[in-house]
Amino acid sequence: MAQTTSAIGAAVPNSKAGRTFAGRVTVYGLVALIGLALALAPFLFPDVRSQEVAARICVFIVLVASYDLLIGYTGIVSFAHTMFFGLGAYGTAIAIKTMGPGFEAILLGGGIGIVAALVLALLIGLLSLRVKAIFFAMVTLAAASVMMVLASQLSDFTGGEDGITYSIPKLFAPATELLADADGKALRLFGVALNGKLALYYFVFISALVLFLGMLRIVASPLGSVLQAIRENEMRAEAIGYRVVVYRTAIFCIAAGVAACAGILRAVWLKYTGPEVVLSFDIMIDILLMVVIGGMGTMWGAVIGVVLMTLAQYYLKDLMALGAEASSALPIVPDLLNPERWLLWLGLCFILLVYFFPAGIAGTLMGKGVRR
Amino acid sequence: MRGHMPSSPSIRTENLSIHFGGHAAVNNVTCAFHPGELTVIVGPNGAGKTTWFNLVSGQLRPSAGRILLGERDISRLAPSERAKAGIGRAFQLTNLFPKLSVLENVRLAVQSRARQGGRLFARAAALTGLTDKAMHYLAETNLTGAAALLASALPHGDQRKLEVAMLLAMEPDIFMFDEPTAGMSVDEAPIILDLIARIKADTSRTILLVEHKMDVVRALADRIVVLHNGELVADGDPGEVMALDLVREIYLGVGAEEVA
Ligand SMILES: Nc1ncnc2c1ncn2[C@@H]1O[C@H](COP(=O)(O)OP(=O)(O)O)[C@@H](O)[C@H]1O
Ligand SMILES: [Mg+2]
Repeated sequence: MAQTTSAIGAAVPNSKAGRTFAGRVTVYGLVALIGLALALAPFLFPDVRSQEVAARICVFIVLVASYDLLIGYTGIVSFAHTMFFGLGAYGTAIAIKTMGPGFEAILLGGGIGIVAALVLALLIGLLSLRVKAIFFAMVTLAAASVMMVLASQLSDFTGGEDGITYSIPKLFAPATELLADADGKALRLFGVALNGKLALYYFVFISALVLFLGMLRIVASPLGSVLQAIRENEMRAEAIGYRVVVYRTAIFCIAAGVAACAGILRAVWLKYTGPEVVLSFDIMIDILLMVVIGGMGTMWGAVIGVVLMTLAQYYLKDLMALGAEASSALPIVPDLLNPERWLLWLGLCFILLVYFFPAGIAGTLMGKGVRR
Repeated sequence: MRGHMPSSPSIRTENLSIHFGGHAAVNNVTCAFHPGELTVIVGPNGAGKTTWFNLVSGQLRPSAGRILLGERDISRLAPSERAKAGIGRAFQLTNLFPKLSVLENVRLAVQSRARQGGRLFARAAALTGLTDKAMHYLAETNLTGAAALLASALPHGDQRKLEVAMLLAMEPDIFMFDEPTAGMSVDEAPIILDLIARIKADTSRTILLVEHKMDVVRALADRIVVLHNGELVADGDPGEVMALDLVREIYLGVGAEEVA
């Protein structure tokens, strides 16, 4: 009996190691490509809509990666991630609205948002991370609901359902010239004006990059290995000397703080903050889908999942319209490809992805991560 | 044999009890253990040996009684705090981090012992001191070749060895082994028993060992404690205890079961 198992145990890793190596190369290649595309986005895709998509991808990579710290690395299921995202965004928006569009407003409002997120995470963590995962999930759901009600009721501060529209620092205004040419117009590089819009994109991109690299560091740290131990076997982690409740609370706070930072970036980029764009459960579901598609417990999965989902959300309709037009001569097909049916196709893609990549794309390719 | 023991016990339980519903799984057990002493705990299945261990290492809270580490009452401490205070435990049912590598399983224990678990911005892989130490304990347990495998991919015997490697890596003062050789092949068990004998050579350590195999008991035990229906029914020199009628009845019964 023992012999059979050891024989299998010896045979499997070899072929698997080869596959995982190829998978790793694929994942790193994909991520490098995405990183490059995002770094050069203003030059590669200069139109307004593409800029919007690129900035959303940057912010959501941070948001989804911070969620992966919880669900993928530690095994904590929380539905309060948009709440922390919203605190960062609303903090920034309210401060700008009251103090005017300066960097000090962003710093102060964003800072207050982050602190609020940390305090709330600490409270929720200490009060309820001891209980069973399902109860903890319910507590986060309740907290997130309360926050949504507050955001719509305290309309004097939050603008209620309409949200808040504001301007951002002058440096980020499209009319601002970073470098002027001889005629006094913004200098162009590869046909792209070096203006405030460009500065704003790189503010978002570089902030997101720094946050993401910080999280990569965390998962590779001694703390990161304790988180995985807790996910794998909480009781044993405690038995070898790790106070599970403290570690869980710590990572819950860290993830909340990072989500709030993502909220600041979102608020500055959009010049608008409202329940639909930072607090709604639709966003929470997007985050969940992105982390599952990408692969939980991998970090790289966040990058891949966000890019796939966002591209699908923005471009699937266009693609289907093209397809419907091209196939207009055929029976049924154009009808199936009617852009109105895009959600159906998105759902279908999702089912196929889950079927072929049961641990998410990065998780399955790299042979690691959490299977559902 | 116990003449040279220092007089103050390293760990003891006082009137320790736990009830599950109406059933007393451990009933009023008072017993003290000393550094340099290896105590084998015997008793039939269901006697309460594992439950008693769980009370000492903190996985269960007692219904009544106390546990003292030196003079410190640790009855209310979390398991992690007891581990930091020097109580180390290997589990009867293999209890690993299945989807982490064998090396990582041991490295986590080393890291806990070195109080490095809270470090946020160091790279774990760059802390070579911890990795080297983990590799040392893997070598001690003949697992060097398996370091890169997932713990879940190990055959049963190797998982038992990994369980012991993690206990060694905690470098505790109190070693608690719960049937470490159960389910191991005949040629694997001696590796573990040699290790336990080596631990015993350091007289600052206290060793509690739940074990059924008669030859092991003869070779290693300084003292035998017998549990039966949650109660401590005998305690003393191996020769004396093994000679008691009650023990022969219980223990040989178990021995026969083991052979079958
Ligand atoms: N968590 C529990 N809930 C209910 N009964 C338990 C629990 N743990 C142990 N027991 C009971 O306590 C008794 C002692 O079990 P155990 O300590 O595992 O025995 P041993 O290790 O000596 O074989 C058994 O009757 C067992 O069924
Ligand atoms: Mg037992």
